[in-house]
Amino acid sequence: MIAYVIRRLIAAVLLIFVVSAVTFLIFFGVPRLGGASAEDLASRYVGKTAGEEQIKLAAERLGFTDPLWEQYGRFAKGLVAGADFDTGTEVDHCPAPCFGYSFITQNPVLPDLLDRLPVTVSLAAGAAILWLFGGVATGVLSALKRGSIFDRAAMGVALAGVSLPIFFTGLLALSIFSYTLEWTPPGGTNPVEQDNPWDWAAALILPWITLALLYAAQYARLTRAGMLETMGEDFIRTARAKGLPERRVVVKHGLRSALTPILTIFGLDLGLLLGGAILTETTFSLPGIGQYAVIAITNQDLPKVLGVTLVGATFIILANLIVDLLYAVVDPRVRTA
Amino acid sequence: MRVTAIAAGLAFAMSLSACGSGGGDDGDGGGGDNATPKYNAGVNNVFNPSDKKGGTLKFANDSDFDSLDPGDTYYGYSWNFVRNYARSLVTFKSAPGAKSNELVPDLAESLGKPSTDAKTWTYKLREGIKYEDGTPVKSEDVKYAIARSLDKDVLVNGPTYFNDFLDLKGYAGPYKDKDKTMKKFTAIETPDDRTLIFHLIKPFSGFDYLAMLPSTAPVPAAKDTGTKYKEHVISTGPYKFEKNELGKQFTMVRNDQYDPKTDPDTGRKALPDRIEVQLNVNQADIDQRLQSGALDVAISGVGVQAETRAKILNDPQLKQFADSADQARTWFTSFDNSVKPFDNIHCRKAVMYAVDKEGLLRAYGGSSGGQIATNMMPPLVPGSKKIDLYEAKDKPNGDIDKAKQELQECGQPNGFTTNISYRAEREAEKATAEALQQSLDKVGIKTELKAYPQSDYGKLYAGKKDFSTKNKLGLRVYGWGSDWPDGFGFLSQITDSRVIRDAGNTNFNVNDPEIDAMIDKALGELDEKAREPIWVDIDKKVMENAYYLPTVWARQLLYRPERLTNVFITDAYNMYDYTTLGVQ
Amino acid sequence: MTDQEDIYVEPDTGLPSDAEPPVSGTFLDVRDLYVHFPTDDGVVKSVDGLSFQLDRGATLGIVGESGSGKSVTSLSIMGLHKAGTAQISGEILLNGQNLVGMGRESVRRLRGKDMAMIFQDPLSSMHPYYTVGDQIIEAYRIHHDVSKSVARKHAIDMLDRVGIPNPKSRVDDYPHQFSGGMRQRAMIAMALSCDPELLIADEPTTALDVTVQAQILDLIRDLQQEFNSAVIIITHDLGVVAELADDILVMYAGRAVEYGRADEIFNEPQHPYTWGLLGSMPRLDRERTERLQPIPGTPPSLINVPDGCPFHPRCAYHELNEGRSQTERPVLRDIGGGHQIACHLSAEHRLRLWNDEIKPKL
Repeated sequence: MIAYVIRRLIAAVLLIFVVSAVTFLIFFGVPRLGGASAEDLASRYVGKTAGEEQIKLAAERLGFTDPLWEQYGRFAKGLVAGADFDTGTEVDHCPAPCFGYSFITQNPVLPDLLDRLPVTVSLAAGAAILWLFGGVATGVLSALKRGSIFDRAAMGVALAGVSLPIFFTGLLALSIFSYTLEWTPPGGTNPVEQDNPWDWAAALILPWITLALLYAAQYARLTRAGMLETMGEDFIRTARAKGLPERRVVVKHGLRSALTPILTIFGLDLGLLLGGAILTETTFSLPGIGQYAVIAITNQDLPKVLGVTLVGATFIILANLIVDLLYAVVDPRVRTA
Repeated sequence: MRVTAIAAGLAFAMSLSACGSGGGDDGDGGGGDNATPKYNAGVNNVFNPSDKKGGTLKFANDSDFDSLDPGDTYYGYSWNFVRNYARSLVTFKSAPGAKSNELVPDLAESLGKPSTDAKTWTYKLREGIKYEDGTPVKSEDVKYAIARSLDKDVLVNGPTYFNDFLDLKGYAGPYKDKDKTMKKFTAIETPDDRTLIFHLIKPFSGFDYLAMLPSTAPVPAAKDTGTKYKEHVISTGPYKFEKNELGKQFTMVRNDQYDPKTDPDTGRKALPDRIEVQLNVNQADIDQRLQSGALDVAISGVGVQAETRAKILNDPQLKQFADSADQARTWFTSFDNSVKPFDNIHCRKAVMYAVDKEGLLRAYGGSSGGQIATNMMPPLVPGSKKIDLYEAKDKPNGDIDKAKQELQECGQPNGFTTNISYRAEREAEKATAEALQQSLDKVGIKTELKAYPQSDYGKLYAGKKDFSTKNKLGLRVYGWGSDWPDGFGFLSQITDSRVIRDAGNTNFNVNDPEIDAMIDKALGELDEKAREPIWVDIDKKVMENAYYLPTVWARQLLYRPERLTNVFITDAYNMYDYTTLGVQ
Repeated sequence: MTDQEDIYVEPDTGLPSDAEPPVSGTFLDVRDLYVHFPTDDGVVKSVDGLSFQLDRGATLGIVGESGSGKSVTSLSIMGLHKAGTAQISGEILLNGQNLVGMGRESVRRLRGKDMAMIFQDPLSSMHPYYTVGDQIIEAYRIHHDVSKSVARKHAIDMLDRVGIPNPKSRVDDYPHQFSGGMRQRAMIAMALSCDPELLIADEPTTALDVTVQAQILDLIRDLQQEFNSAVIIITHDLGVVAELADDILVMYAGRAVEYGRADEIFNEPQHPYTWGLLGSMPRLDRERTERLQPIPGTPPSLINVPDGCPFHPRCAYHELNEGRSQTERPVLRDIGGGHQIACHLSAEHRLRLWNDEIKPKL
């Protein structure tokens, strides 16, 4: 098992490098293939009145004039060994793993990301708990009461939840609960800067619910389908034949099996969200990684985009690994296979 | 990012409406100082005047500052806001409407004293000005601040006026030669701790506008951290940074070393005890929060979103808290004379006559989005005049006959085909392109629309000479706002042929030695009254030669929540003045 | 259901259905059982008037093709039909208690304790995430208030008794770690853990290979003798019950078509369907004279059961009955010595056909 974990971890690190190379190629190589010159690329990162001479200098300073492999080599070296950047008055050391240095704001990317991580984690974790419990409970009840009014209503709400965009539900929620009723703090309240857990939760409750609604709907549907399938399994009949009370049949025998595939999806969803809940963070103006990604993309700040992509990829790869390991814990067939 | 995108070619707006020339149809702006909410009560008047100190003033920004470093910023709202923590040599007077166009001394005792050839300018600092840490401000610090701002390789954002006008003799700033004593920087002399003498490479009658730039705010060389200086700017203004989380938010508190007695002319009020600025806030949420009172000011100053604008204007309860702010910005379409047959002036004129001017205004939302532009320089720029050469007033929907006549003279009686480019992300520009297409179709000019991403519009597409020529972008939808409210601030970057380069152009089309000569003449003219007509003449020349097709002079709808005091629109920045606001 | 009075022959138990439990004799008495499932396409008449009896220590084989209603019958006895899906009428008297109409909770308490069941596919019938031991322990503890360690000892003991080698360590194995035969032994251990009086084995050997089949059947027989349980073996394969069953009930289209002592059914089967089943069964005790003969055609729809004898579309001899087979559903009748059949063929025809056509080919 330990050898397996180590093997997977090494593979994960290699995969991150592959992702970084591919991403690098997409951002730095494809525009060049499309005919953009080094100066064209650099022209985004100079002031609006910069002359040709300045753009040339910038292209050299940002390394766009070097061959692509050399540019990537520099980036990869930064990941492993760190890198130095000139602030004009001093040399700023970006310690390994250096995810690069912003062309626009001229600061290292990784500290920015780490600084923003707690917001995204708070958002994703809280929402995940809500949607997992809410979605699974709804799905189980729907499955057990298949065809009932509850089932139809829950699945209707689920459909609506999947269909409604966050920037709509989010703004509506803010308008009602923050600005009309004044129960919750306004948009843009940074949860991790609050003084106590209560205020932290208050700043997050609307984003949590809005985000969770989207996922809960999906999880309710998945759980319902999984439960319906599982409750038709032979081992459920066996459990009943043993004389187990129905509640125990459902929870211990049914839910345990039905939840296993959901675990996989949950892991990936959570991993994806930790890389930034873009719409939710934008709608509620939460300074998390998703918002950072949007800023990076609108500014075409390539090192930031690259950094966000790498962090996102890292979370997904890690989530995948954790899910695989958990699977082994949950399903003994995987463990011995 | 709206502002950066604009940045490609246009600065933002600052300007003045010479009384009577601007305003259009919203002349119901208040009368006298008042405290009763009313539509346009903050236009040309101080609304809700008050001297009450205290409270927290809350700003929100839908994106981010280009930089908080006064030596590295080029956004209009930033220049407005920076005055809370950075004092430049001179600045615009904090006063409503056109009164704000007056330059007044800030750090300096008086406006600049020019030599007769307008090539040497002298300023003297006031006595008793200190940094937030109590150390006195010296002339050397102002010199250092300007020196560092020259290095566009490190501080990339700011304007290049000092690079262009100072007699640098090859000096590239203290970062390049690693010399904080600036021995080689002879363009500015500091004979004593309070005197600065600027030596220019060519005459510049409007040099006081350069002394207004935030990059003249002093920076102590020992505290300079290059690109990281924006993390903690050393304040000379009434507020200093308490906490600064880049990209997220910052808070400011009173700077106890700021002495209002050293600041008699600018009109700063410094009412709130505390200023909070949130960054990267969802614009739709900003609009909601303004209306609910959870927020005081949308700092970007570009007004509410189009949807919110309609909602506010249709609800008297909301409308009374709104101000319609004319902008020193012109939306226009540029010809490309290198694309045939636009090398022929008559073909350009045919377009000028053919277009439906009212239709183009509708593209920007009708009268709440601006007014029909007859020429390039907007009415808010002091001294500007309306020059209606193409019957905008008489035939606002276009003059087909005249257009056909011009086509005849051009040798294209049956019309021709060309392309119209616009910025893909901008609904109004797309609508503009479509309106152009419809109008031109009526005179036989067939067009195809080409959308390009706004972030690269000036640098890689429409503003790149060979790209535009190759792709036959005969008409290029664009816009421009002035850096400051005078003819130079508005016109020079879009009409001087000497600023044309291969890519990233601001001047898309004007390559006219006569105009260049007129610009040089204006730069050397120290008398403002004599200078202003020259810029009007340049504007007229541009229209006569049909280099540009001006479409709309912009207008925005600003919202002032009930608890704000001392609210007024300053024509210098086309938004609320950020140094006078208070909260109830 | 118009003719339910006709097809039901009252067995002479001498006891009314709500009588006190008999001291001896009939342990399971199924009377006139109907199990119908309403669906969108119509009512599925899975069991359509079925009666049989079973004594303690005795074994009943219920034989028929899939869809004949044999598994539905067993699930009805166990009370395993989902609430609301099945309409059940008639009586199922277990030790004199009528299970039909009894509260679900009361039936649950009987399940696993008084009556237990083993299923066709032991791999899918055991929960893959729990150890074999845990699943037996769970079965035991639900009916016995004992500690986990006591239950575990019992589980090991049960595994030992069903012939699992090294049960002390195998008790902690997961089902997928067992071989097919082992798993079925474990299922049996689980079913017998509470010492049930009635054991229903639904196709207990179908999923197993031939040599293992015999071992499992031997095991069931041995354990039955040891526990003195009543056993129902449900199968489509007459061979499985040949040596195990005391009585055999042949089902077709939800009803009994032949019911009698096992030796009679094997030696003198009287129903053409039973002949068909025998013909399609490989036999080791006799030399095979011809190829195995599958019964032609397919089992009938249980929604639209054919008129007359439901078997007549597949029956080679239905023309011998002057059209009665097409119009009149044959009633289950006693043809002597408790041997019952539901067939219109006359005794002469049956005797001739059996002796001349069927028997020689088997």
